[in-house]
Amino acid sequence: MENSSIIKTENLIKRFPVGKTDFTALNGINLTMGTGEFAGLVGPSGSGKTTLLNIIGSLDTPSEGTAYVLGKSISLLTHAQSAKLRNHHIGFIFQTYNLLPVYTVYENVEFALLLQKMTGADRKKAVMDALEWVGLTDKIYSKPSMLSGGECQRVAIARSMVKRPEIVLADEPTANLDSKNSHHILQTMKVLNRELKTTFIFATHDEKVMKYLDRIISLDDGKVVKDEILTAEKY
Amino acid sequence: MIKFILKGILRDRSRSLLPVIVVAAGVFLTVFLSSYLSGVFSDMIDLSARFTTGHVKIMTRAYAENQEQMPNDLALFNVSALKSELISEYPDMEWVERIHFGGLLDVPDENGETRGQGPAAGTAIDLLSSGSSEPERMNVRKSLVKGSLPANRGEALISDDFAEKFDVSVGNEITLFGSTMNGSMMFKTFVVSGTLRFGNAFLDRGAVFIDILDAQEALDMNDASGEILGYFNDREYNDLKALSVKEKFNAKYSSITDEFSPEMLRLVDQNDMGQYLMMSENVGSIMIIIFVLAMSVVLWNTGLLGGLRRYSEYGIRLALGEEKKHIYGTTILEAVLIGIIGSLVGTALGLGGAWYLQTYGLNLGSVTQNMGMMIPTVLRAKISPALFYIGFFPGVIATVLGNALAGLAIYKRKTSRLFKELEV
Ligand SMILES: Nc1ncnc2c1ncn2[C@@H]1O[C@H](COP(=O)(O)OP(=O)(O)OP(=O)(O)O)[C@@H](O)[C@H]1O
Ligand SMILES: [Mg+2]
Repeated sequence: MENSSIIKTENLIKRFPVGKTDFTALNGINLTMGTGEFAGLVGPSGSGKTTLLNIIGSLDTPSEGTAYVLGKSISLLTHAQSAKLRNHHIGFIFQTYNLLPVYTVYENVEFALLLQKMTGADRKKAVMDALEWVGLTDKIYSKPSMLSGGECQRVAIARSMVKRPEIVLADEPTANLDSKNSHHILQTMKVLNRELKTTFIFATHDEKVMKYLDRIISLDDGKVVKDEILTAEKY
Repeated sequence: MIKFILKGILRDRSRSLLPVIVVAAGVFLTVFLSSYLSGVFSDMIDLSARFTTGHVKIMTRAYAENQEQMPNDLALFNVSALKSELISEYPDMEWVERIHFGGLLDVPDENGETRGQGPAAGTAIDLLSSGSSEPERMNVRKSLVKGSLPANRGEALISDDFAEKFDVSVGNEITLFGSTMNGSMMFKTFVVSGTLRFGNAFLDRGAVFIDILDAQEALDMNDASGEILGYFNDREYNDLKALSVKEKFNAKYSSITDEFSPEMLRLVDQNDMGQYLMMSENVGSIMIIIFVLAMSVVLWNTGLLGGLRRYSEYGIRLALGEEKKHIYGTTILEAVLIGIIGSLVGTALGLGGAWYLQTYGLNLGSVTQNMGMMIPTVLRAKISPALFYIGFFPGVIATVLGNALAGLAIYKRKTSRLFKELEV
């Protein structure tokens, strides 16, 4: 593997059992992604975007082929190792925010660091920094139910970024947001991508998202049909 | 992390309220019912001790074998000598003589002709000596309907039912017919000093109470008695003490070859009282077993429902890098916390209820009045130190067990399946 590649898939195949037969959701994916990319998986519904993100996020395993994340083969990780990989190195952002409703903004962001057993003072600093990045330091005591959709998604970004992961996986992050909020969170993520060198991978249908991407990987029927690098024209 | 979990429980009522209520209710029932049942059993034991069995009872071996026939020809002799030995050998006990006899109660008219007649169940106790504990022990004073306790020899108390039936008033004379210890004909006239109702058909049927000295005289039982009952001075039946008293007594006085030799029986050796004592002692454990099983099943199901509702939470936590094992661990920890809270509440309520019953009782006299059994008319509970933990620990254990079972469903689910629940 080359030095800067943090994700690499080799002939990745994922099948799901459907009744007595199998359904092939990913059919031989070969992809390499480097540090600091701001890439998107696009394609029609059912093309396998979420499935691919889940495998990269070590929430699921390949049926055939390999997926390396940060140099480790996902199929070979134990439960503990894959949990640790997610806890320290991978952040998730979802269409429906998925904040824990009984906890405050601060506590939602803090949770991953509690799992890391980070000590009190460091933890507090990290949480406040992350909330500052997304501009929510004035809402730390609010519960998710008291926030707007845009604010919820910003909490989710802070939650994914607080541990300063190498990779953030965002599945349709703007699908529930209006255009103003969509741009706002995309700009936030872009800034974080530049400043912290975090790799962002989106799965999306959204044209607004695509405008921000440096690389667009088109999937169809579980295959990569197009892979465009757009960086050049933007810088 | 514990703080984090506690916050979750306290803020999410759906997570805590129902389980806490279930646990509290179960613990309450266990504590309350077992205090109540042990109250009932210990009341039964107490009643039996007072009326029939004593804490220990001495009869001749032959009398003991035919007790229900009241075979006074087989009674104990030289009772006063035996009693004074007992008093010096067992200073922390009280010894009383009783004679039971059967016969006919005859009510004469002014000419001495029979006006009415009925079977009599006679009991002779020490009614007259000053400071006798027997009237109180047998509830005689409380059961008086008319008149007063006998103040002189030759006076008797009769059942109020009998008095009503034959129109006998206080001050009237009645005649007792029967047979003496030696089998000759006996009849003796008494003045009715009062009438009694115990509220219990078994005791009220033709009851006649006379003083023990009158009985000894009438039945030719000079210095003899059907039975001698022994009571511990602290009024509590203590099986260990009773056993040692019994063994010591029987070793000294009893002889297998002599059927007229005295033999001592413990309360539990008589009338199946052993069973009741065992039940009163084990009612706690029986309740606990039933309770833990039933509660575990209920909590298993509430846990399953709760778990279903929380699949998305588990999905999020997995995504944030929590291990499934750890999630399972925290649900158990949650169960421990909920179990503790619920069990504390339930124990407090149960003790409160038990305390109320113990202090005020619940009068069921009207319900039990016509029952033939010797059961207490006032329900009382009995608070024992065990009540503080017999509900508490099972409450916690049942909650944990229920949630552990429920949690297995989550544990067995594949990470990717749980995570799927996040998608809309
Ligand atoms: N656990 C599963 N069992 C069976 N089939 C599955 C499972 N997960 C995904 N699939 C199937 O795999 C295919 C790809 O699903 P995936 O969720 O990756 O699509 P997607 O590109 O994210 O679509 P969308 O844009 O609608 O989110 C779909 O046809 C889906 O039905
Ligand atoms: Mg999808």
